[in-house]
Order: sequence, then structure tokens, then C-alpha cells
Amino acid sequence: MKKINWDLNNISWKDITPGGIVEVPGSASDTITGEWRSDKPIWDKDKCKQCLICFPVCPDSSINVSEGKMVGIDYDHCKGCGICANQCPFGAIEMVREG
Amino acid sequence: MGKRDRLSGNEAVAVAMRQINPDVVAAFPITPSTEVPQYFAAFANDGLVDTEFVPVESEHSAMSACIGAEAAGARTMTATSANGLAYMWEMLYIAASSRLPIVLAAVNRALSGPINIHNDHSDTMGARDSGWVQLYGETNQEAYDNFIMAVKIAEHPDVCLPVMDCYDGFITSHSVEVIELLDDQDVKNFVGEYKPKAYLNNPNGKVSMGPLDMPAYYFEHKRQQAEAMKNAKRVILEVSEEFYKLTGRKYGLFEEYKMEDAEVAIVLLNSTAGTAKAVVDELRSKGVKAGLIKIRVFRPFPVDEIVAALKGLKAVAVMDKADGFNGAGGPLFTDITSALYGKADVKVINYIYGLGGRDVRTDDIEVVYDELLKIAETGSVKSVYNYLGIKE
Repeated sequence: MKKINWDLNNISWKDITPGGIVEVPGSASDTITGEWRSDKPIWDKDKCKQCLICFPVCPDSSINVSEGKMVGIDYDHCKGCGICANQCPFGAIEMVREG
Repeated sequence: MGKRDRLSGNEAVAVAMRQINPDVVAAFPITPSTEVPQYFAAFANDGLVDTEFVPVESEHSAMSACIGAEAAGARTMTATSANGLAYMWEMLYIAASSRLPIVLAAVNRALSGPINIHNDHSDTMGARDSGWVQLYGETNQEAYDNFIMAVKIAEHPDVCLPVMDCYDGFITSHSVEVIELLDDQDVKNFVGEYKPKAYLNNPNGKVSMGPLDMPAYYFEHKRQQAEAMKNAKRVILEVSEEFYKLTGRKYGLFEEYKMEDAEVAIVLLNSTAGTAKAVVDELRSKGVKAGLIKIRVFRPFPVDEIVAALKGLKAVAVMDKADGFNGAGGPLFTDITSALYGKADVKVINYIYGLGGRDVRTDDIEVVYDELLKIAETGSVKSVYNYLGIKE
């Protein structure tokens, strides 16, 4: 697969793609968007019963799951919407102020 | 060889569309452009084209469908007029900035209000800064020829911009003239196959189009778009030369009528050129050195060429079939005078004329030349911003 060039800050108008065409689609995972977040979800491993409700409700695919188990939160893409904390039946996710 | 046929301007453009056989036509009817998709829908229904004809529910949707189709990799076209064009506004800019070579038959009609269905240029003049190439034509033949050339200009890799084929509502769109049609095969060969570099339905090179463009990149995209418009001037001349070799019909950036030794001249667009040429002939027969410039390519604006053509004239009248509402003059006048600024010292006056289909006859045009001759003789301009044929 073609590797996307993220060093666009210094790209000349002569070299940029016409109309902003993205030549490598499906590349959202390569872009760090978590810095927009103002509230941060904190996962408490001990309270978690692995029901995995947080996984389908996350709008940004930021619940990391490995071998059928919740293993953590992808802070590179989590926007801090808090839906996971709100939906968790066991109070295993808590929202805290970022920074 | 082509064949001669008598067709209305709209019918001629619909025939051009049939000969081009585009992949998609999406359109919504509005007077006076309705006949273009109407004739074309019949061609599609009769199996004369392979086109997917999309009868949408509004002009905003028409242009949106065109954008989607063109982005997918389909050669796409449409037609509209006046408020239909206004309703496309948002999408016109998206088509141009996404660099999608859509072709639009823009049948000029007065923009409401007050509501009026007749011809002036207030619709396409409003879209002059939307990033579309604009070609204007005087006759049915020119509307037909420009439409065929538009495809090739739009799709050229150095341009990749949408093109409007502008011609006067009713005067050109509905009047029947004998015109020379190209053979279907010649049109097919001339426009060739549409081969976009990047498109959504390309299985070998998936792309995303129309992304969010933040301050770090947006400016560069606009600069690149501006360059494409500059390139369009050269490409239009190349395509016109190729068309000349095929048909013997010569097109430039503008037509110069009896300009070689002219001392006074009118500059205008579209069908009024025919009326003005009759007046030029009449004046020439009396020994008056009158000339006419009919702009064909309004976007990109042929700045240097206009300066060369008007330099040395004693007086020039720019005639606008749309007011500028800037308190100073019409849009063509503004472009002509800014082209001349610092490059040629020519006395230029402006006439707003024919709004909402007000008839403009030879005796109206004579008034303009009379005024120009007075300026040429006295060297003084009484009034710059004028209205021709208004009831005082």
C-alpha cells in the first residue's frame, strides 16, 4: 500500500493534489485527532467485567480490543465524548479533565 | 463532411450532447434552457445515446449529481438558466475547486427579481468568479461549436475545470438558423475518451475526494486552481485551432470585426454582436472607421490580448447586458478598464443595455457609435456609466 506523505506543511502549490484529492483513502487511523479532546476517559481494569458495551458505542473506534477483551483506550483518536463512561454498567470508565 | 440543418440553439446544443454521448446528464428544466435536456431525454429514451439521464428535483441537485458523477469518473453535462444557475451557486464553486470538468449549457436569462424570463447576462455574470471557464457565443452555430470544444477544454490535464457554454435565451436558444453539424464520428474522435487521472470508481487507484481542507493546505489548492484558469487560455486556443482544422471555423479569445484601422469600437458579448455588425457595416459605408470586439472567452479574461486590440483607439464603448450594482459600471466594463490600466490610455465608456430582454436595435447601437465619435472628435467624455434605451 502507498504510504501517505504527512509532511504537507511545506508542500508547494505546484505539488499538492488537485482539489485536495486524497490519494491514500481510508487513512484516518494514520492521523492523530485525539488532541481535540478536553475530557479524557480513564479505564479501571479492576471494575471492568469485559461486557464490551463500550466497544460498539464508541463513535471513533477508540476502544482497543484484543482477543475478545477490552485492553485499553486509543488516546490518539478518542475525542472524549464520554459515551463509553455513560454506557458502562459497572462504572469502570470515568471522565476526567484533560491536561 | 458535416451536414447542414436548421435547428434552434437549444436543439443544436442537444444534438452536440447526443454526438458527444456523455456518461451522465443530470438536469432540471428552467426556461429558456429546458429544451436542451428535453431533446436530450428523447435521445436517451430512443436509445441514441448510452447516457444515464438523471431527472433531478432541483438545480442544486442537478449540479450535485453532476459533481458526484464526474468525481466517479463519468463525463457529465447539464443545462440551466437564470435562477436555476443561482440555485446551483454553492455547487458551482465545489465543481470548480474539486477540478471536475463538467460542461454546462448556460442559456442566458435575466436573474429575478423582478421575475423575468427574457435574455440578459445577469445570471452568468454572477458566476464569473466561481472558477468556471466561460465561453460566449453569438449564433446557434457558435453555441453548438463551443459546446463541443468545451468538453476538450474542460478535460485537458492542464485545465481540469468546468466550462459554461453561454448563449442568449430566446434570441439564440429558440431562433432557428441553418447551421453546419459535424459528423457523429468526427465529434466522437474530436472529444475522444474521457480519461481522468484520479476518480472514485477507479479499481486500481482508490482515492477520496472533497476532503476538509485546513489553513495549512487550502491556500495552495486555490493557487493551483488559479493556475489552471491561466492555463485555460492557451488550451482554448489549441483546442480552437484543432477545431478549425476539422471544420474550417475559426475561433479565438474574441472576434475582431473591422478592427484593423478602427478609431472607435464597441466591446460586447453574444447575440447583440450581430446587430452591432450591421451598424458597423453601415458606418463603414459612410467612411466612418468603426469596429467591434465580441468577447468569446470571458473566463479566463484575455487581458493582454484586449489591451493589444484596443490600444490606440480614440474611444471605446463597453456594453454590458447586466448591471454591476457597484455604482460604477457593469462587469465587462470593469474587466476591460482594469485590463487597460497602466497599459493603454484609451477613453472607455460603459452602456448597460437590454436588461430583462429589452430589445436592442440598430438605431440603439447607432446612438453608442455617435457618442464615441463625439468623444473621438472632442477628446472629452461626458458620462462614463450610461444606460441605453432606458425611459427617462
